[in-house]
Amino acid sequence: MIVQYENIIIKTISRILIPFIQIYALYVIMHGHYSPGGGFQGGVILGASFILLVLAFGAEASQKRISLKKLTVLASLGLLIFSGIGLVALLMGGNYLDYGKLPLPLESIPKIRAMGILGIEIGVGIGVMAIMITIFLAIASYETEGKND
Amino acid sequence: MAEHFPILVVIIPIMASFIILLLWRTKHRYEWHITTAATFLSFLISLSLLNTVFLSGPIRYWLGGWEPPWGIEYVVDSFSGYVLVVVTLVSFVTSVFAAKSVKKEAGEGRTVSFFALYSLLAGGLYGIIVTGDLFNLYVFLEISSLAGYALVGVGKKKRAIVASYNYLILGTIGATLYLIGVGQLYIMTGTLNMADLSQKLPAIFESKVIIAAFALFIVGLSIKMALFPFHAWLPDAHGLAPSVISPILSACVIEVAAYAMMRVMFTVYTPAFVFKVVPAKEVFLLGGGVAMLVGSYLTLAQTDIKRMLAYSSVGQMGYIILGLSFANHTGLVGSIVHIFSHAILKASLFLVAGSLIYKTGITEISRLKGMGKKMPLSMATFTIGALGMIGIPLTTGFISEWKLALGALEAGKWFIVPVILLSALLNAVYFGRVIEIVWFKTDEEEGHGHKEIGKHEKTSIDEAPLSLVLPPFILVSLSIIFGIGAFIPVTLAEKAASMLLGMP
Repeated sequence: MIVQYENIIIKTISRILIPFIQIYALYVIMHGHYSPGGGFQGGVILGASFILLVLAFGAEASQKRISLKKLTVLASLGLLIFSGIGLVALLMGGNYLDYGKLPLPLESIPKIRAMGILGIEIGVGIGVMAIMITIFLAIASYETEGKND
Repeated sequence: MAEHFPILVVIIPIMASFIILLLWRTKHRYEWHITTAATFLSFLISLSLLNTVFLSGPIRYWLGGWEPPWGIEYVVDSFSGYVLVVVTLVSFVTSVFAAKSVKKEAGEGRTVSFFALYSLLAGGLYGIIVTGDLFNLYVFLEISSLAGYALVGVGKKKRAIVASYNYLILGTIGATLYLIGVGQLYIMTGTLNMADLSQKLPAIFESKVIIAAFALFIVGLSIKMALFPFHAWLPDAHGLAPSVISPILSACVIEVAAYAMMRVMFTVYTPAFVFKVVPAKEVFLLGGGVAMLVGSYLTLAQTDIKRMLAYSSVGQMGYIILGLSFANHTGLVGSIVHIFSHAILKASLFLVAGSLIYKTGITEISRLKGMGKKMPLSMATFTIGALGMIGIPLTTGFISEWKLALGALEAGKWFIVPVILLSALLNAVYFGRVIEIVWFKTDEEEGHGHKEIGKHEKTSIDEAPLSLVLPPFILVSLSIIFGIGAFIPVTLAEKAASMLLGMP
């Protein structure tokens, strides 16, 4: 288990950095479908920001913000968003993952497609972020595995 | 809705897996119900798909509406429809069995993650079968394998973790070799779609890259299907996995790898390449024949019932590969029927071993004395399953071996027929030993046997619960039904073989 290490510099710097890392992660996720980036990359950056939080403040202190319980929900939710968007397209009469058929109030099909891909990227981003943190926490808290469950 | 069946069969179990995880921390978990419902739905869908394919030809489904070769295409033809029905059937029946067994073996706290992984494994396997895209196949291969590695590690014995780790390393090597092969084909042709590749490849058959890619595919998938020289991971992984996972690994996972190999051989590379350009016939003849004999021989030495069944799978994979080496229709029919036959029989045998472990905790064959009296229905199921594996007439095991022998004669390889017979004989020896101990050895030596078997010795019949007895019984009955009504699997397999060999 990672415990808190008293160092004012590390704490202050990470407190300043974390919001910026997260905003950058959101930027990467949002722009994935027409510039370099995407759900996976953005999700990893978002996950890294939380890992920094755990490293700087210890796993116990960060439990309030990110617990394994929440992460499990987030991981499956992200993947459900992905497969759910595909399923909605299927129910609206298109093929699976045919974004053009999504019931969105937009004027043209290319715009609907762009939104559809954005939805997929968000789902992937949430899933990847949750899994990255889960892997980190699982390795970091190996000895105390029993307590978390 | 029916036109979406090829994707639904894959996406239902995968989404079920996410839903199970989502409900983890809530009061209403229903993990087993969701898994069983998902696999059952997939089974019904696959039956409908096979029916459609049989009546009106292959179904092609474009993911996202993108036309192949640019988009990913799912194809259900007479071969994939056939294998899909077999795999969905076995995974459904096994998940029925899982209700009681998993609680006992994995522990209450781990059932949710177990069933989430189980659904994922099932979805991955269905995906490998329906996909018409080489890279998509790799993705599903990894989905199913990763779920499989984790599930092997759930096994009760400590060594299960080591087995899982070995399986992880070797499975990853196999998948990597496969991926390198995909990369080479992509560089040479610029496409990943199987149908498109089979159009573009004949022009560059002689290219060294194409031949190397073929070798990588064959070796990579041979590791995945545990063909003889690459079988080292299988006995540990299949023998030490939880009772519910062993049947899936032995009956579905390695069969699906065999399916993928046949797909690559006949759909991507055409029979013209496999039988004329490269010496695949000779390699498969040697590999299959040696796997049959060595696999069966190694099985003889096993004292643990699950390990014995696991080793037997090594030999049975040899049959499937042997059928490919004859380069004729009959041999291929034998291979395809054997996929069906081995899947249902091996699954039922492993399930009986599972209910044995559930009831008594015994895995050593020598301690099974008098079990025939205690668990008559389970042991009867085991006996019929064993007879099927040996290849006694009236079971599906006989049809496939008969077709293989006919194929060998047709190809002029008469010397293979004694090898098939010898392997069947070895099968008879190692299954016969178990049958003898179970039915004919009673606990004459009072005290000694009693102490070992357990406390509930006084009761004469002490059968496992119905939900554990029925699943293997259903599979064994199917083996007999289709062993007598042999025309059903044979007609389907003949259609699949004609399609693979490109015959009208």
